[in-house]
Amino acid sequence: MKTFALLLAIFGVAALAQTKAAETKTSDAANGQRLFEKNGCYQCHGYWGQGGVAGPRLNQTKLPFAAFSAFVRNPPSSGMPPYRAKVMPDQELADVYAYIKSIPAPKPAKDIPLLNP
Amino acid sequence: MDEKAKGPAVPDRRHFLKRAAAGGAGLAATAPIALAQQSALKPETEAAVEVTSNARPGSDFMVDVFKTLGMEYCAANPGSSFRGLQESFINYGKNTSPEWLTCCHEESSVAMAHGYAKIEGKPMMIMAHGTVGLQHASMAIYNAYCDRVPVYIVLGNILDVDYRRGTAEWVHSVQDAAAMVRDYTKWDDMPVSLTHFAESAVRAYKISMTPPYEPVVLVADGTLQEEPIKEKTPRIPKLVMSAPPQGDSGAVAEAAKLLVDAENPVIVAGRVARTPKGIELLVELAEVLQARVQDQRMRMNFPSAHPLCGHPGAVIAAPNLSDHDVILALEAQDLWGITHKMTGLNKFGMESHSTIKPGAKVVTVSAIDLNHKSNYQDFGRYVEADLAITGDPEATLPELIEACKKLITPDRRRALQERGTKIAAENQAGRARNRELAAIAWDASPISTARLSAELWAQIKNDDWSLVSNDRFVSSWPTRLWNFSKPYHYIGAQGGAGIGYQAPAAVGAALANKKHGRLTVNIQCDGDLNYAPGVLWTAAHHQIPMLNVVHNNRAYHEERMYLALLAAKYDRDMGRSDIGTALNGPNIDYASIAKGYGLYAEGPITDPKDLGPALKRAISRVKAGEPALLDVVTQPR
Repeated sequence: MKTFALLLAIFGVAALAQTKAAETKTSDAANGQRLFEKNGCYQCHGYWGQGGVAGPRLNQTKLPFAAFSAFVRNPPSSGMPPYRAKVMPDQELADVYAYIKSIPAPKPAKDIPLLNP
Repeated sequence: MDEKAKGPAVPDRRHFLKRAAAGGAGLAATAPIALAQQSALKPETEAAVEVTSNARPGSDFMVDVFKTLGMEYCAANPGSSFRGLQESFINYGKNTSPEWLTCCHEESSVAMAHGYAKIEGKPMMIMAHGTVGLQHASMAIYNAYCDRVPVYIVLGNILDVDYRRGTAEWVHSVQDAAAMVRDYTKWDDMPVSLTHFAESAVRAYKISMTPPYEPVVLVADGTLQEEPIKEKTPRIPKLVMSAPPQGDSGAVAEAAKLLVDAENPVIVAGRVARTPKGIELLVELAEVLQARVQDQRMRMNFPSAHPLCGHPGAVIAAPNLSDHDVILALEAQDLWGITHKMTGLNKFGMESHSTIKPGAKVVTVSAIDLNHKSNYQDFGRYVEADLAITGDPEATLPELIEACKKLITPDRRRALQERGTKIAAENQAGRARNRELAAIAWDASPISTARLSAELWAQIKNDDWSLVSNDRFVSSWPTRLWNFSKPYHYIGAQGGAGIGYQAPAAVGAALANKKHGRLTVNIQCDGDLNYAPGVLWTAAHHQIPMLNVVHNNRAYHEERMYLALLAAKYDRDMGRSDIGTALNGPNIDYASIAKGYGLYAEGPITDPKDLGPALKRAISRVKAGEPALLDVVTQPR
């Protein structure tokens, strides 16, 4: 977890300039959902970004786009595919990010009877 | 020794079977062996048995031999090379103890025996052709071998050319039947007489059930089966089980000192609990040391809700060990892999480095070193342990626990309690976090694996349940949300990661659970079910109650993820990763398949609101004694 946070900080600074531009573009969450499925993001993170044994939670991510983009473009040594611009151009990546941010927040577990022991 | 002095000179058949049944029920061990080891020593025959049945074929005598070993079942797809034995099972043996189980594939026979052994703690017998049947069975045998599970394999073969009647018997005959699986079985023999057969049959059982448990092979020659018994008094030797190998006392004392002195030790539990006692012992060691247990969940080793249980998160196979100064690995799987970081598949090249704390001590206890083979590489990378103890973990734990207790002073005990309190708080927080994570995608369709697991738990938690499938494919949600505590609550995974195991292993485990009245639950991966779905018919035919819930993500999903990763790595189209991995177009209708095999079935279920009521209906059928299947369309993991 500490390593992950450090990487996010590094990626966040390094990609700041690139991010500014991306954040100001109009992003298409619907197209992002299509790409999220087409490019296999859902395979590890789930259709709702819920995460699982193969990939962490994306739903309600607190990552700013800069850190998100830097991570996706060049993930650390792991099982995460490196989604470079050739296979996912900047606009598409922004759309995917928009989709992730658009996924509704879950109900608190306390409001779901089956999740209360 | 005079053979006749060992038992009655010539017992009549009634007397013989009475004693054989007593042996099968497991008489008290004659050797002074610790209580923890006793269940592994059953069954044991009371004394040498002699049989005269000269008017009958050799296969009748072979059936007598299997009866003395306490075999409850024989799983087989019928084959002419063991037709003599099958006829003797049915008519001479009255199809009881062992009872014949009709299987539709030899891989199913072996995997059923695999699942049965993990619940029952003893081998099931399977039969197959020495050629084509064994070829079908081989992957399942490899799984059992990697999973250290006893399976008793009997192969039909006709060695004598004079007795091979026609083409089929020529192509079904082989010079050395067991050669094909010798790399992943522990022992085999091809007896040439009935006396030889009985001795090897008893020896095979003993070897299979001496840790590390493994499959064994016995060839039943066709001529020996079908010709009259020629030997005057073929004899069945007494079965005396070996005490399991225990770690060296000096080394155990050294391990205890390291553990008691450690600031933050961890216990990595691979294949530890062979018997119910193993769970109790592991709990006792953890509590004595107040140490975290990272259970790799290859067995039911440690209660999932215990305050010292170390995996409140999803990543169980590769726990983070970097904070620990002493690592006690009890027959851990891929210990090198979980103590090192390798270059990920998303990068080119390969570098690796240790991830444990500098100066941390690694102590291993394992019986695997007693049964190494060369060809198949299931042994994993060489581990540079600081202290390597060869011995069965369960058999070694009592002495290790006592050694630790002796070293703990009152001051040390207070420090250990503080550590335990901290671990318990982390565990509790982890379980609460899991519930929050499970809430994400709660209403999603396809249905989330967390929702699936929570709905299932709600329906079974007040029953005497048994989960007989690997839960990693559903992101370990049962482990994260349920309360696993009893020996039969979980049976781990395939061992050799060979797909096609789960459905038949679940049926075998359900068969073992049946006589105990347990509610068997199998979260069945769709890809796995397609290897040999005929085992569903076996469950229906033999009235084996079990709930199958198909985790239908419509793909060989693990492989799909690999393809997408590699495509991205090479800057290629990731959208094509479904080619060769997707199981859609058309979607497979598992409910219809199950109905065709005679099961109660519903599905496909896509709306999470429909799941609870469907589970309730299916469970009511299971409780009435039949197998049922629900096809649930799910999120990938």
